Amino acid sequence: MAAFTEWLKRALLEVQEYTKLAMATARCAVTRPFYWHDFVEQLDAIGIGSMTVVILTGLFTGAVLALQSGFTLDQFGARPFVGRLVSASMIKELGPVLTALMLAGRVSSGIAAELGSMVVTEQVSALRALGTDPVRKLVVPRVLAGILMTPVLTVVANTVGLLGGWVVSVQNLHVASGLYWSSVVDGLFLEDVWMGLLKPFFLGFIIVTVGCHVGLRTRGGTQGVGRATTNAVVAASVGVIAMDFFSTQLLLELLF
Amino acid sequence: MATVPETLRGPAKGRPGDEPVVVFDDVRLAFDDNVVLDGISFKLYPGFTKIFIGASGSGKSTVLKLILGLLAPDSGTITVHGQRIDGMTENELFAVRDHTGMVFQEGALFDSLTVGENVGFKLYEETDMPLADVRTRVEEVLGFVELGPYIDRKPSELSGGQRRRVAIARAMAFKPKLLLYDEPTTGLDPITALTVDAEIIKLRDLESVTSVLVTHQLRDAFYIATHGAGRTPEGHAIVNASPEKVEEADFVMLRDGKIVFEGSADELRGATDPYLRAFLS
Repeated sequence: MAAFTEWLKRALLEVQEYTKLAMATARCAVTRPFYWHDFVEQLDAIGIGSMTVVILTGLFTGAVLALQSGFTLDQFGARPFVGRLVSASMIKELGPVLTALMLAGRVSSGIAAELGSMVVTEQVSALRALGTDPVRKLVVPRVLAGILMTPVLTVVANTVGLLGGWVVSVQNLHVASGLYWSSVVDGLFLEDVWMGLLKPFFLGFIIVTVGCHVGLRTRGGTQGVGRATTNAVVAASVGVIAMDFFSTQLLLELLF
Repeated sequence: MATVPETLRGPAKGRPGDEPVVVFDDVRLAFDDNVVLDGISFKLYPGFTKIFIGASGSGKSTVLKLILGLLAPDSGTITVHGQRIDGMTENELFAVRDHTGMVFQEGALFDSLTVGENVGFKLYEETDMPLADVRTRVEEVLGFVELGPYIDRKPSELSGGQRRRVAIARAMAFKPKLLLYDEPTTGLDPITALTVDAEIIKLRDLESVTSVLVTHQLRDAFYIATHGAGRTPEGHAIVNASPEKVEEADFVMLRDGKIVFEGSADELRGATDPYLRAFLS
């Protein structure tokens, strides 16, 4: 019982500290000074740096979706509708979530490791000593870049996923190219597209704020940095799935 | 000051008319059940040096973090540059930190920046100073610590001693009135440590910077307390300090969060307290 109470206290403390960081980030994002150079650097690190992994994930996800659903649709003689399944699955759900999970693995862990190393080598204390607010300098540029680049990367993953589905549909399933693309368009409603575009903003926020929170609370030298990196990936991945559920619920209420 | 026996306590020093730069009054701090500082009181006057010595975990580095406002005390008052800082917010503390520099234990240089960018960090990021002027100031302070040619190198390309000197240059770049040194020579060989000691002495005597030094390297502590820097036609020289100058450096011994000795280098050498003797031996 005592161990459970201790665990609960620690969990509540983490939630409190995470909320404080998120609020400080929001406050610092709308007040001066703003570190433009760091923001642009993070756009590059998070956006361009994650492009390869997102393209590969999107391509193979679209391809395997077409492959699996094509043979299932065959049972109903509906193989020409494979495009509908690929586009609906990719754009509404798989594109945003898989892109976010890839970013949780790449970006959240990277941020936690970088900020964690800065904490244990006293670089964050040095920043404060030099009159620089670590939230403004380190957290705000990363969070804004994450919020902006996650939707962009999701669009890339969706596009490449549809292309992957097209290649498999044409090559393996022998569906006519024109039929595939018209099926892709038929499978989508405008609300679906909006949902697919809006969800990544929430997911991007979770990925980066979790990485920053875990990184800035790193304790215990290099071992602590390793622990923080693992914790960031786990927490961000769970956060992505949970946020996907809640944001889907919210957007269903608002859009449909 | 209740914890310091009268026989071990040095006088509150300062030149007539000078207001203290740092005042600790009955400061206490604990992390959960671990009492780190227990009733610490002292004053530090402009141009003087306070050298904190003591075993690892005695609370020395915590004193520096309290002066800088990186930590807040549980009770007691801390006044820095005439302003009470123990109740200040982080934003209010930034103004006080404009006049205080700190050299961290391992240097804490920013890995991703060059030596020049590290040294000019505050001037580049937090002031409106023109870039050309910042560059001039960076070259000036790197020249002071004799690392001018290293301006475009990354910290990872420097030796341990060079990194500490860059850290000193970064701390002095914005001309603070007070400099805090956290174990500046720990882990360095004796020869390299002397070059770092020399920079501390030069800053104190040539730039009139008030200093707080935390160390358990007694050799370096005594060297800094008993030497002074003077300008010469060739530049500067480190010489033995006059007896009056030696009196301007105060040693403070911490033990389990309490001050157990406060006095000059000579008083410390002459101390008869068994713990002090054991520490000095």
